[in-house]
Parts: sequence; structure tokens; C-alpha cells
Amino acid sequence: MNITEILFWFLSVLALIGALMMVTNKNPVYSVLWLIVVFFAISGHYILLNAQFLAIVNIIVYAGAIMVLFLFVIMLMNMNADNEPQKNKWLQLAGAVAGGSLLLVIVAALRKSETLAGQHTDAGGTTGLIHNLGQVLFKDFVLPFEISSILFLSAMVGAVVIGKKGD
Amino acid sequence: MPINYYVILAMSLFSIGVVGVLTRRNAIIIFMCIELMLNAVNLLLVAFSKMHYANLAGGSATANVGTEAQLFVFFIMVVAAAEVSVGLAIIVMMYRNIHSVDVNFLNRLKH
Repeated sequence: MNITEILFWFLSVLALIGALMMVTNKNPVYSVLWLIVVFFAISGHYILLNAQFLAIVNIIVYAGAIMVLFLFVIMLMNMNADNEPQKNKWLQLAGAVAGGSLLLVIVAALRKSETLAGQHTDAGGTTGLIHNLGQVLFKDFVLPFEISSILFLSAMVGAVVIGKKGD
Repeated sequence: MPINYYVILAMSLFSIGVVGVLTRRNAIIIFMCIELMLNAVNLLLVAFSKMHYANLAGGSATANVGTEAQLFVFFIMVVAAAEVSVGLAIIVMMYRNIHSVDVNFLNRLKH
């Protein structure tokens, strides 16, 4: 068992534990913190998969910006205490069974699938660096990049219009 | 690592997100579960991009074979960031109107 496999199993267990704690925790603030743990684990997976730039972007955008936004909204609403009403146990059980069946069906369908040959070769390690990605992004994908700026502008205007007090 | 492990890991994270959406009643936690599902799909895309690169490495591999999928994931993150800002604004507006984020009380579009 080399270092890559050890890191893979460690990060996988960390991500799964974080996701389970995120779903089952009663306090929304703790749920946000566990989700940040999951995002850090996924960033570790990105580094293992030669996607260094995506790992950094994942930490900055998700764990940094989006989760702080969630924390601000939760603290703004004063939801620190557990105020989720206890609902029907059978509905929760039905939800868990439904999600588990989804996992069971897809894993059972893909368990015996053949993998393509040559998957263990080294991909070079420079694929996910900002040099390569920037060359492709600003040559081939420059139009979607500019359109995404318009998307951000419209999202910003929409958030301000929706969140405006008194209308 | 073989691609099967990544498929199973991503599917487990996605299923945990589905269970969270189905069982929780807090709108913000449902929103966080949607983010978890998005990240599971992103992880699977990156894993398949590395596999695609390695599959081409013997023959016609150029320098930027694996970069398209990573840029795809990058654009997914961009769209997710915009989506989160609008979604949280909607949740704040609903909280201001009905003083709760319980989705059991959100069954009408107009208060």
C-alpha cells in the first residue's frame, strides 16, 4: 500500500464521515462546519487526481466564500439553537431507504463493469496547473468565460433585488 | 487508484446528499445537501478526466487532453457560486416573510 492509496482511503473516509455528520447534525452551524471538512477532503482528492488549480479554487470558492455566506445567513436568522420540529420518524426512515436504494442500484450496476486499459499510467502531473488551464481557457473557452461574467452580474443584481427590504 | 473506487465514493456522497434532501426540513440544510451533490459530480468528472488522459497517453496524447474536463468543472463551480447567492437571497426573503425556514411552511408561493 503506497502513499497514494493511504491518502485516498483517508480522504474518502473523511469525506464520508463529514457528509454523514452534515446530514445528521441538528445544529445548522455544525452542519456548515462538517461540510467544510467534506470540501477540504474533496480538494485533497483533486490534488491526487492532478487537478491542483481546481483544488485551490475549491478551497477558495466553496470552503472560503460560499460556506461563509451560509454561516452569515444562519447567524443572521439566529438558528443556533435546535429549532427544527421533530417530524414523522417513518418519513425519515423512508427517505433514508430511498437514498440507500439509489446507492445500492447504481453500485450494483457498476460493480462488474469493465475498466479501460491503461488507467494506471501517470498523467504527467502538469495537466491541472494554471499554465495549461489558462492557455486553454483564454484560447478555446474565452466566450463561455465572458458569458459567465454576465451570469455573475445578473446573479448579483438578482440577489440585491430579491433581498431588498420593503417593496 | 482504479476508477471504480472514485465512482463508488462519488455515488456515496451523492446518495448522502439525496437522503439529506429527503429527510431534513431546514431549507438551508437542504441547500447544503444540494451543494454536496454538486461536489460529488465534480469529483467524478475530474476522476474520469484523468482516466481519459491516461487512456490516450499511449497514442495521441497532446498537452491539453485532460484540461477540458477540468475547465468544465471550473465552469460548474462558477455557476454554483452564482446559484448560491441567488438561492440564499430567496431563503432570506422567505424567512423575512414567514419567520421560518421550515419547508413544511413553504408550500405556497405567495404568502
